[in-house]
Amino acid sequence: MKKLRAFFCAVVILGLLQALLVPKYTGNVREGNLIREYYDNAGGNDVIFIGDCEVYENFSPITLWQEYGIPSYIRGSPQQTVWQSYYLLEETLRYETPKVVVFNVFALKYDTVESTGDQSRREAYNRITLDGMRWSGSKWGAIQASLTQEERQWGGALTYVFPILRYHDRWSELTWKDVRYLFKRETVSDCGYLMQTGVEPMTDPFPSPPLTKRTLGDNSWRYLDKMVQLCRDKGVQLVLVKSPGLYPAWWPEWDQQVADYARERELLYINMIPAQEEIGIDWSTDTYDAGLHLNVSGAEKAASWFGRILRDQCGLPDRRSDPQVCARWEEKTARYEARKGLLLEQGDS
Amino acid sequence: MDTLLKILWELHPDINFTEDTRLLEEGGLDSFDIVTLVSEIEDAFGAVIRAQDLIPENFQTPKTLLALIRRLRED
Amino acid sequence: MILQSPWFILFAAGLLVVYYLVPGKHQWKVLLAGSVCAYFQVEGARVGFLLTTFLTTLVCGRKIEQARERGERAGGWLAACLGLNLALLLGCKGSLLLPLGISYYTLQALGYVIDVYRGTEKAEKDPGKLALFLCYFPQLIQGPVSRASQLRAPLTEPHAYDGKQVSFGLQRMLWGYFKKLVIADRVAPAVEILTRDQAGGGSFALLAVLYALRIYGDFTGGIDIVLGLSQAFGIGLPENFRQPFFSGSVAEYWRRWHMSLGAWMREYVFFPVSVSKPVRRLGKAARRRLGAFGKRLPVYIATILTWLATGLWHGLTLNFLLWGMLNCLLILIGEELAPLFRGLKGKRWYTGCSILGTWLIMDLIRVCDLFPDPRDYFRGLKSLLTGPWGQIPDLGLSSLDWGILALGCVVMTGVSLVQSRWGSVRELLWKRETLRFWILFALLLAVLLLGCYGVGYEASNFIYNQF
Repeated sequence: MKKLRAFFCAVVILGLLQALLVPKYTGNVREGNLIREYYDNAGGNDVIFIGDCEVYENFSPITLWQEYGIPSYIRGSPQQTVWQSYYLLEETLRYETPKVVVFNVFALKYDTVESTGDQSRREAYNRITLDGMRWSGSKWGAIQASLTQEERQWGGALTYVFPILRYHDRWSELTWKDVRYLFKRETVSDCGYLMQTGVEPMTDPFPSPPLTKRTLGDNSWRYLDKMVQLCRDKGVQLVLVKSPGLYPAWWPEWDQQVADYARERELLYINMIPAQEEIGIDWSTDTYDAGLHLNVSGAEKAASWFGRILRDQCGLPDRRSDPQVCARWEEKTARYEARKGLLLEQGDS
Repeated sequence: MDTLLKILWELHPDINFTEDTRLLEEGGLDSFDIVTLVSEIEDAFGAVIRAQDLIPENFQTPKTLLALIRRLRED
Repeated sequence: MILQSPWFILFAAGLLVVYYLVPGKHQWKVLLAGSVCAYFQVEGARVGFLLTTFLTTLVCGRKIEQARERGERAGGWLAACLGLNLALLLGCKGSLLLPLGISYYTLQALGYVIDVYRGTEKAEKDPGKLALFLCYFPQLIQGPVSRASQLRAPLTEPHAYDGKQVSFGLQRMLWGYFKKLVIADRVAPAVEILTRDQAGGGSFALLAVLYALRIYGDFTGGIDIVLGLSQAFGIGLPENFRQPFFSGSVAEYWRRWHMSLGAWMREYVFFPVSVSKPVRRLGKAARRRLGAFGKRLPVYIATILTWLATGLWHGLTLNFLLWGMLNCLLILIGEELAPLFRGLKGKRWYTGCSILGTWLIMDLIRVCDLFPDPRDYFRGLKSLLTGPWGQIPDLGLSSLDWGILALGCVVMTGVSLVQSRWGSVRELLWKRETLRFWILFALLLAVLLLGCYGVGYEASNFIYNQF
């Protein structure tokens, strides 16, 4: 009995330590909370966006609701790769069956874990996307597909089961926030949309590095195939989109390949780059980081433009007549407006 | 036995060897001493000690060492 | 395969469970299967090196025994086996990519064949058992070098589950991880910086001390893990260290540090050379001409050859040769001077001074490992007299790191003191269950939180894997 009690104490202490040591993503890297916030909002969404920063910063679901009555959620995370998108889609479809899934095709340019560039950054992005997922076969699959060489060597999936193995040395950088958010995190997003209110105009266009890989890789296509199949099986319409943005480049060669792919499989593919003028994006006011991503004013414009396509081409209904849905979304809208006010105020001061 | 004890005493004058002195522990014999001992024994007894005879069991006490010497001389 | 990878721990844990589930007479097969898998996982196609040693040892061992039984000479088989395997070892030492464990299993194989030749060991009839003797996975990584007489029986005998032994084994592993991950790997980057620095003087002195700390934590810690795991399997491997830093002379240090290698060298190089016919004859001739000094000639020749072999075993580079010769020189000087100090033995201040002196000397010799060009090493030694003293580069260690290191040193020294005074710490704590539990839990937390491991840390391999 005594032994058992001591053992139990030890396990509790270890558990608390782990909770204390994992990063809370409250500072500059709020993205770390995006994936985990979905579970409180699962269900009742007609549209699910899947993809990288080009979805969670470039589309505002609140605008989609306000203008078209379309309830949606963004399952985005930074530098989300196509294999991560696939497993996130698989997981999401277990929670709900939306009418439309929108996948941002930019990530297709990364064919393998190694091809994503700096591997220690990759590892950080892996943690941001994967640590937030609840445990399921999808999470396990996503982990196995995502591990970098160094992660594999150091215990791989084990460090996701016991994150303390990864964050054991964070004790030197603990702050009071780690105690405050020990059990409950602050909500950072609005339906998966991470609001940015700053403005940093694009002055000179970034020089894009030359195109080295003309064709998108086999692995990317394989995972896209799996996503197509998954949506077919569940009767969900898959829409491919290339979010607005000038940099990094989305090459015409790649665009052509995706367009061909979509035509063969009778998918809707929308490249928003040529439509930027029509959307009304002004690169001197609608970006917060000199042209890489949109800020809130840009994201609202993009959502407003894209909502019409969802309504007209995908035939999504207006839910604003349903009082129950309305009540839920009014609440979300209020939070969104409050956040926008607060952030703009902070930005001004 | 007396000859053997004399050889040992010459190696380590500070120790009072008897036939039951534990050579490696009390006598402080190290591998250098053992090699010197081997050549002294060869001179004094005409017994050629081989490498495989150099095991702790044979060097426990002067008694066991003497037994080894006798055995080698019989061969 | 690295000892601190979670996979190694998981693998060992799984093997341990299976080991105690199967009937005793099959336990050794579990170890063999595990060892072969581990070896394959690391070496893949290069399994040929181990296979060659295994096959030659198997065949030559049997042939030698058959020849002995018929009263024939077996020297040819012995020479062939020794020649081939030594050539293989030296060949690999010349290249940079050493096959896992080759330095350790080659010595074990050679020892076994020599023992069979001498008739002190029976030749192994079961190829599986011989294979396990060579490739038993915990000691592939960094030794110890076991003798056939020490290891063959324990490896293949059945071992009933003994809770105390398993617990002791796991405790020892934890202690090993502490020394390795918290201490050695924390100093490792600083050692690298200081090695590159070459400012001399204070920087060199600090390097000598930190490198001693690093190699002590790394090597004794690694051996604790290996011996602890083996103890959990019920297999007692020979000890490799006996508080080496408490030695009062270089010769004593080498009887307490890397003891299994020392024992091997004594058994198969030092003794055979010193009692071999030519050396004996030379000794006699020298005595007639030179008197008392000539008497010692065989010992000198054997010592020099032994340290030549030890140096070469560590690496086929000039600095390891130099390192071996320095050790040899100091041992011989110590031996010559010993009679002068005999009267002081037992005096406290003398013991203290000799321990401190030996520790400093060993630190300074050890650093030789780090300088492939001996000229850099000598320049460093010289700078100890000239300075500069203030030019210490930024070592990347925070004051917290220094605190942890200092505390770790205190704990390690304390444990060593207790061990040399009162024996096994684990035995002392065994009866006091609650205290033991929380001490071990604290140790676990220390390893888990303070250990330098995982993603983001350079995979610092155990230093002694490379030998």
